[in-house]
Amino acid sequence: MINITNLQKRFNDLEVLKGIDLSIQKGKTAVIIGPSGSGKTTLLRCLNLLEIPDQGSLKIGEHTIQFDETKKMKSSEIERVRKQTGMVFQSYNLFPHLTALQNIMEGPSVVLKLPKEIVRKKALSLLEKVGLLDRADMYPHQLSGGQQQRIGIARAMAMEPAVLLFDEPTSALDPELVGEVLKVMKDLSEEGMTMVVVTHEMQFARDVADQVIFMDKGVIAEQGTPEEVFGNTKNARTLQFLNKIASR
Amino acid sequence: MMTDDRTHRIIGILSDSFFPILKAGLYYTIPLTLITFVLGILLAFFTAIARLSGFRPLVALAKFYVWIFRGTPLLVQIFILFYGFPSIGITLDPFPAAVIAFTLNTGAYSYEIIRAAILSIPKGQWEAAASISMTKAQAMRRIILPQAIRVSIPPLGNSFISLVKDTSLAATITVTELFQKGQEIASVTYEPLWLYIEVAFIYLLFSTVLSFLQSRLERRYDRSVAK
Ligand SMILES: Nc1ncnc2c1ncn2[C@@H]1O[C@H](COP(=O)(O)OP(=O)(O)OP(=O)(O)O)[C@@H](O)[C@H]1O
Ligand SMILES: [Mg+2]
Repeated sequence: MINITNLQKRFNDLEVLKGIDLSIQKGKTAVIIGPSGSGKTTLLRCLNLLEIPDQGSLKIGEHTIQFDETKKMKSSEIERVRKQTGMVFQSYNLFPHLTALQNIMEGPSVVLKLPKEIVRKKALSLLEKVGLLDRADMYPHQLSGGQQQRIGIARAMAMEPAVLLFDEPTSALDPELVGEVLKVMKDLSEEGMTMVVVTHEMQFARDVADQVIFMDKGVIAEQGTPEEVFGNTKNARTLQFLNKIASR
Repeated sequence: MMTDDRTHRIIGILSDSFFPILKAGLYYTIPLTLITFVLGILLAFFTAIARLSGFRPLVALAKFYVWIFRGTPLLVQIFILFYGFPSIGITLDPFPAAVIAFTLNTGAYSYEIIRAAILSIPKGQWEAAASISMTKAQAMRRIILPQAIRVSIPPLGNSFISLVKDTSLAATITVTELFQKGQEIASVTYEPLWLYIEVAFIYLLFSTVLSFLQSRLERRYDRSVAK
C-alpha cells in the first residue's frame, strides 16, 4: 500500500528525515513512536505532501512519485496523492463555521462534487459510526475535544482514502476523553482500514498495531511487531525511550 | 446669562431645524454611507485577493492603489475628483463624486482589515482543507474567507461608524447631507453653537444605533472562527 524509499527532508540546515525506508501493507495499522523532535510528524506530513520531501520516492496505492528538490511539484499531482490519504490532526482542525455534519460533507460535496443527498447519507452513517449522530447539527465549539476528534476522523473517512494518517490524535485531550477516540480508531483498524498512527499511547500500540516503528533523530531506529519492539528489543535507544515513557 | 427671549428663539430654531437636518441625514448621509461601504468592502475584498494571489502585476496594482489612497487626505482626494477632474473633461455630479471618492478610500482602509483577517486564520485550517484534497482556491472560498469575514466584522464595524462621520466631508462638494444642512441653517439663523451641537447630536444618534447593531452582529459570529 505504502512504499517509501530513501525519503529525505530538510528544513533549511536542519536535516529532519535522513533517508527513510518503510513499507506498510494494505489493511494494516502502523504505529510510529519516538522522542520529541525525531521527525514523526514530518514523516506523516510527507505522506500527504503537506511537506514536500526533498528526495526519495513515495508510492501510495497505485501512485508513485519521485521527489526532486530542484523541481516544483505540480499541484494536480499533489492533489492526486492527497485523494489517497486522510489526515487526523492533533488539534482536530475542524472547520469552526460549519456544523459537525457539514464538516464531514464538505470534502465529498466540494471536492468530489457528489450529489448532496448521497453525501448527506454517507456523512450521517459516518456520524453514527463515531457515535455522534445526535450531534450532527452542533458546531465544533459546542463539542468536547473527544467529540471533535471523532468528527475529525469522520471527516477524513468521508473522502474514502486508501490510508488514514493520525498525528497524535489524543494528545490534546483530557485523559478521560482519550478512550473514546482510541476506541473509534481500534474499530477502524479491525475493519481493515490502512492506518499510520503517531502516538504516545503505548497501550494502543501494543493492542492495535501490526507494525511498530521507532524513530530517532530522523531515522527509523527499529521496527517490528509490537511483541518484538515492546517485548524484547535489543536496541539501546528503543529501550531508553520505552523506559522513559514508562516512568512518566 | 441668556435672556428668556433668546432661549425661546433657540428652542424654536432647534425644533424647526431638527427634522430637516435629520432628513438630510436619512436622505444623503445614510445612503452615502451604505453605498460606499458596500462598494468599498467589495473593492477591498478584490484588492486583498489580488494582493494574496502572488501574481506580480495584480500584487503591484493592489499595493499601488492602497499606497495612494492611504497616503493622501480624503479631503484632497475628494477635491481632485470634484474640482480637479472637470479640467480634463470629467465632470461629476456631487453625489456620484462623493460615492467614488469615499468608495476608493474605504476600499483602501478595509483592504488592510480583510487582508489581516485572512492572514489571522490559523495554518491548521489551510492544512485541514488540503487534507481533504481541496485546491487553494476551494480552501480560500469555502474555509478561509467565511471565517475571515467573521473576524473582520468588529474592525469593519468600526470603520463603518467612522465612515458615517467622514461623510460630512461631502459638504465641501455641496452634497446636502446632514452637516451641510446644519451649516445652511446655522448661516441664516446665526446660532452656530446650538445648531452644530444639534448636528453633533444627530450624528451621535446615528452612530449609537449603528454601534448597537454592530455589537449584535459580533455576538452572533464570534464563536465560529478557529483560534
Ligand atoms: N516547518 C518547519 N520548519 C523548521 N523546522 C521544522 C519544521 N517542522 C518541524 N521542524 C523541526 O524538525 C524536527 C522534527 O520535527 P517533528 O515535528 O517532525 O518531530 P516529532 O517527532 O513529531 O516531535 P513531537 O513528538 O514533539 O511532535 C524538529 O526539530 C522541528 O523543530
Ligand atoms: Mg509531532
